[in-house]
Amino acid sequence: MAFYVVQFLTGLASAASLFLVASGLSIIFGVTRIVNFAHGAFYMLGAYVAFTLTERFSGALGFWGSIVAAALIVAAIGVLVEMLLLRRIYHAPELFQLLATFGLTLMVEDLVVLNWGPNDLVGPRAPGLKGAIDFFGQRIPSYDLFLIVLGPAVLGLLWLVFQRTRWGVLVRAATQDRDMVAALGVNQKWLFTSVFALGVFLAALAGALQIPRDAVNHAMDLRVIVDVFVVVVIGGLGSILGAFVAAVLVSELNAFGILIFPKISIILVFLVMAVVLIVRPWGLLGKAEAPARRTPGLAVHPWRPLTSNERIAAAIALLVAASLPLVAGNYALTVGAEIAIFVIFAASLHFLMSVGGLASFGHAAYFGLGAYGVAFVAKLAGLPMIAALLLGPVLGLLGAAVFGFFAVQLSGVYFAMLTLAFAQIVWSIAFQWVELTGGDNGILSVWPERWAGSPSHFYWLSLGVAVLAVGFLRIATFAPFGFALRANRDSPLRSEAIGIDGKRIQWAAFVIAGTVAGIGGALFAYLKGSVFPDVLGIPLSVDALVMVLLGGVETVSGAIVGAIVYKALSIWLVSQTEWSKLVLGAFIVLMVVAFPKGIVGTVESIWRRRPSSVKAAVLASKIESAE
Amino acid sequence: MSASKPLLSVEGLSKSYGGVHAVRGVSFSLFAGEILALIGPNGAGKSTCFNMLNGQTTPDAGLVHLLGRDVTGMRPREVWRLGVGRTFQITATFPTMTVRENIQVALSSHDRKLFNLTASMPSSALSEADRLLELVGMGGFAKRACGELAYGDLKRLELAVALANEPKLLLMDEPTAGMAPRERIELMRLTAQIAKEKSIGVLFTEHDMDVVFEHADRILVLNRGNLIAEGSPEDVRKNTEVRAIYLGEGLVYDARHREGAAP
Repeated sequence: MAFYVVQFLTGLASAASLFLVASGLSIIFGVTRIVNFAHGAFYMLGAYVAFTLTERFSGALGFWGSIVAAALIVAAIGVLVEMLLLRRIYHAPELFQLLATFGLTLMVEDLVVLNWGPNDLVGPRAPGLKGAIDFFGQRIPSYDLFLIVLGPAVLGLLWLVFQRTRWGVLVRAATQDRDMVAALGVNQKWLFTSVFALGVFLAALAGALQIPRDAVNHAMDLRVIVDVFVVVVIGGLGSILGAFVAAVLVSELNAFGILIFPKISIILVFLVMAVVLIVRPWGLLGKAEAPARRTPGLAVHPWRPLTSNERIAAAIALLVAASLPLVAGNYALTVGAEIAIFVIFAASLHFLMSVGGLASFGHAAYFGLGAYGVAFVAKLAGLPMIAALLLGPVLGLLGAAVFGFFAVQLSGVYFAMLTLAFAQIVWSIAFQWVELTGGDNGILSVWPERWAGSPSHFYWLSLGVAVLAVGFLRIATFAPFGFALRANRDSPLRSEAIGIDGKRIQWAAFVIAGTVAGIGGALFAYLKGSVFPDVLGIPLSVDALVMVLLGGVETVSGAIVGAIVYKALSIWLVSQTEWSKLVLGAFIVLMVVAFPKGIVGTVESIWRRRPSSVKAAVLASKIESAE
Repeated sequence: MSASKPLLSVEGLSKSYGGVHAVRGVSFSLFAGEILALIGPNGAGKSTCFNMLNGQTTPDAGLVHLLGRDVTGMRPREVWRLGVGRTFQITATFPTMTVRENIQVALSSHDRKLFNLTASMPSSALSEADRLLELVGMGGFAKRACGELAYGDLKRLELAVALANEPKLLLMDEPTAGMAPRERIELMRLTAQIAKEKSIGVLFTEHDMDVVFEHADRILVLNRGNLIAEGSPEDVRKNTEVRAIYLGEGLVYDARHREGAAP
């Protein structure tokens, strides 16, 4: 019995830091409508800065002074970020905001390693709370008890601030109607900045408070942000009390899940999240959001199929690509095959995003499932390569069918957070279920058979599959299915009123996109000759997003160009610099701020030479007022 | 109007939000080919009532019968399949498609081809789509981007979309709101003409009393969620309770048609 009580208390202690981060995210979202992906990065920075302060300045500040000072320093960094970056993108589509703050996260990860090195750092323990309390033979660290008290205390303080101070009233008013608050003469800029500072302070404080419990490392940002996304999806984005309840729930599920499913404890959290989403799609204490701003919203010109001249141009480009083995060496062909595979992957996400308006932040899950599917079929079942290539993607299809069913119940930022969380769950399973997947060691020697073994043959195979996949997606885009999907994206109200079952259409699109991604993953497994959990990872999901964005969200097939340019660039970049994340992150931020239409979109609008930006603005305002 | 069974019959429809009774026990019927107006001051419950008819809102109590079928609590898309077209107070169209494609989507939904992954939409049901565009006087707009249309044209496009499933009933929520006076008259004349030709029942809400009294066969008056009057334009015009509600609001019709009613 005592053991369960201790397990419960440990869960409560973990809930405290999760709550701090989640409430910060919620407060920022409530006012600015930005889901701050970089929140995990601020949490991590808080931990690193606190480590330095407690190590070097504990004499001047003391342990507790150092913790608070660390949170304040990081909050000041947050203010800079808000003023320099976020103020430029408050009116951009949600997808761009998520991507920009993700780019920031990437940069911080490399900067942290630059400054503090790649190794885990173990901070000091809290003075006065170093010991443990004996509880019927079980030991509870005193520091855990402190954290258990801290969570509700912060909740109470936040409640007081929001209910009893003038600033709190303004924040609550802005949460309900930003424009009205601005019309009443409140200085919006500083309200936003101060809210962002508070949110970042809470995240950094949580990070700083973790150092007596856990080692500080440069991967803690993604771990915490995924947990926090799960918390806010369950609790309801924008609700502080919801964040608290869900943080406790998730932490307890983790604490006890380890006892029930030691290998895949994350399953339990997933099941609870699924139930909550079915019963209350906006979270336990959240409110239904107004329909999300339309993610594209940049172009007005309707799409059209290729003209005969464009078809000829595409055929010539394909012919050139197909004749690459005549001139290129083996290394170039391997790179070429990899690019073709990423064209498949990016095109599948692009279909979901541009036609469906569904920005998945975890599309790598289905790419990776396809890769693992091949590995299972080829290595465990020992079937021939053709069978593996056909059956492998089925795993991607099944994953997309299960997760997609839940994901399409939501839209906008909720959809993005949920897909990200699902991908992370799949990654954790692949990582933890060592008996089946080999865990971190992966599944090795998945080599193609002789007919596809040579670099040129494998290149042709990848190119051929890419052409089929892209062609299929293009045809589907201009088929009634694609139009129904776009109809639902453009106006859910109207499409429902003409008999379109939006959720079913979106689900089908999710399954299609997941399956095509799985086909890419299946080829990828044979290209690399092995499968590791990385193929399911968040960085790969974000690669795909950047490819789509680089090509142009608003275009029919921009992702092809995006994938080619991005993949070629990143392969080159990795060979040139150690700090590829820093460069990549800066690149993403720059692209979102300065170049939102992408390559193909920009070329198209130059081609048209029409004042389309004016029309786009008119349209955007029309859409906004209609909603 | 007609001795036959009503197209739409509503019994005891009620809806409250918190303590506010938005709609209380409203009952009425609508016959094929009839144009029925639902009027009332702001906050009378018109929109709530309207949204309960096609499944946009679920009623707390009451029944909605369409062609003898109970459609209470059905989803909008299911009600649409039974032959109910609808236009919105603020137009809802697909701005990234051409005008013709807006119609083609509705047509392919009507033909249950939405899950077709291979057919080419831009060349499907061309003649049918163009016929509908001609019908609402938009034949020349087929290839225009829907996002570039003027507001009055969007309203006409919505009407064409609503007609795509050969509806038996049209629900039009403030069809002329936000339009210029001349456009209003044209749109309602067009609607009335189509309704009479095809024997479609039309229910519309409207604030413009000129439009209401010119085109409605019958009028329902809502106030604070209650149906307070029902009858021909003449009857409603004479109704003292209706006059009392509208007098304070400067009823347009009152100024123009003073000879029609006692002072």
